[in-house]
Amino acid sequence: MAELRAEGLTLAYDGTPIVHGLSLEVPPGRITALVGPNACGKSTLLRGLARLLRPRDGMVHLDGQAIQRLPTKQVAQRLGLLPQAPIAPEGITVADLVGRGRYPHQSWLRQWSREDEEAVERALRATRTEELRDRPVDELSGGQRQRVWIALALAQETGIMLLDEPTTYLDLAHQVEVLELLAELNHAQGRTIVIVLHDLNQACRYADHLVALRAGRIHAEGPPAEVVDAGLVREVFGLECRVIDDPVTGTPLCLPLAAGRRRRNDRVAATTPRGAE
Amino acid sequence: MTATAHRRHSRRVTLRARGRGRAPELSARLDLRVLAVLAGAAAGILAAFVVGVGHGDFPIPPAEVLATLVGQGTAEHEFIVLELRLPRVLVAILVGAAFALSGAIFQSLAQNPLVAPDIIGVNAGAALVAVSVIVLGFPLGLLAPGAFLGALGAAVLVYALSYRRGLSTYRLVLVGIAVNAAIGAGISYLLTRGEINDVQRATVWLIGSVYASDWGDVRLLGLALLALVPAAVALGRHLEALQLGDDVARAIGAPVERARLALVVVGVALAALAVAVAGPIGFVAFIAPHIARRLAGTSGAGALPTSIAIGALLVLAADIIAQRALAPTALPVGIVTTLLGAPYFLYLLQRANRLGRAV
Repeated sequence: MAELRAEGLTLAYDGTPIVHGLSLEVPPGRITALVGPNACGKSTLLRGLARLLRPRDGMVHLDGQAIQRLPTKQVAQRLGLLPQAPIAPEGITVADLVGRGRYPHQSWLRQWSREDEEAVERALRATRTEELRDRPVDELSGGQRQRVWIALALAQETGIMLLDEPTTYLDLAHQVEVLELLAELNHAQGRTIVIVLHDLNQACRYADHLVALRAGRIHAEGPPAEVVDAGLVREVFGLECRVIDDPVTGTPLCLPLAAGRRRRNDRVAATTPRGAE
Repeated sequence: MTATAHRRHSRRVTLRARGRGRAPELSARLDLRVLAVLAGAAAGILAAFVVGVGHGDFPIPPAEVLATLVGQGTAEHEFIVLELRLPRVLVAILVGAAFALSGAIFQSLAQNPLVAPDIIGVNAGAALVAVSVIVLGFPLGLLAPGAFLGALGAAVLVYALSYRRGLSTYRLVLVGIAVNAAIGAGISYLLTRGEINDVQRATVWLIGSVYASDWGDVRLLGLALLALVPAAVALGRHLEALQLGDDVARAIGAPVERARLALVVVGVALAALAVAVAGPIGFVAFIAPHIARRLAGTSGAGALPTSIAIGALLVLAADIIAQRALAPTALPVGIVTTLLGAPYFLYLLQRANRLGRAV
């Protein structure tokens, strides 16, 4: 099974280091979620793992080989990435867009093989976008569009899929739909999935392995039930909260200790003289 | 060897052939609508070709044009057809193809339909050198090679100024617009300093024309396109990957920087050649890829061959109109393409406003 590992990885943008000497072993066949506050380096780490950023120091290994030294097309046959909010070429149809995920399996002489066709069909079926195949991507809803992009990554047929906040800009129902789809793909096809998520509770629900990042370093990692508690949320996000068992899934559920709308009720209570009760 | 062809969806035909033993399977996918557009454009070019070669101050019927082409014509016809009209018609076709392909490449790279070599300074670089040659009285033999070098020089300048750890098409376009404006100022300066006759000549060159083309031009363009067109088509696969954005392109394994550089080089070379031979014929590089995409219904690699065909037809037809519209006065072809192109440009802008997005 495909194996992805970072060793002493330091990643920088314009000379400013974002990720510092980070080591991570992605559990094969599992869903790993990267969480952390804004600008903690989770997207940068994902790009580093996908060889989109050349490490300043350290290395990423794919199946035991240094990823920077592997031919990019070979990497693309084993590791796929869906960046945040990708933009489709204007007017392109769903089937055409998904078909472009077959790039690493094609060549000048093999432009559209039977395998290409079958992989696209499987990807459309898995993401339930078959009905949309001839529709222009511009005309789809946000949730449909995200499913089509996931289909592109699926058609690439890689053992490992990296996704950068695939639920951004989606409403709650579509967020759940996308995450359920990923869980299903992981479950049915055994694909290794690494996903950057904003929502800690969603990460706890869907991830087997949770990696909490702070300031470019791993603060804690492990199964959500073992690592997520009030202390972790305070240290990583700087937020006071109570962590309870999610009544639906039993996974950790983080409830911020903020007043919210209660503030108004408190004020009413505070101005009511005690003796009046 | 077994070969199969089948249609799965309405628009695509897949061709597959498997060799004996362990030979790899060969496969290709053809888009029926692209083929239809290519066939239509070819028919149009053929018709315009017959009109372009046969008509003029001295009309020759199609049958005799054909006879002359296969070496059975009179000496008089031979001179008119082979020496005067044929080179002009062929140069119109080749120049149109070159401009259009260049425009199609830049528009796809930039994911912006308003980009063309005219806009990013390539044509202006050629024009600056050409106007200098005419106005400052250098030998006219230097005009074409000088214009070519001017176009390349401007492209190198734009490239150098916009390169920063890789080439962003967005930066390339912005820098190109600035360089274009600066060179434009230089051209205006030269035009205000020149002798009136030279300035008039320079102005005609600046409009762009295929008048007085000869077989040397045909050979030069023909040979160059023989190399550049297959190069562009071969890069089409990478172009489709680049259209998905750099991150996705890299993720699916495309050689992003190398492919983009190769495409820019091919695009610049095409525009430089065309402008060196015919001057900066307005709007062709911009408008032909648009029409091609609209007709073929694709912005992928299929838009390249269709753009070539539409560009060739466009310049050839425009040149015929330019010769006849105000006969006996012949106009430079660039006036006609600009008259066709400007309203189309406005139409696109207006449509873009209505749809609230880039065209």
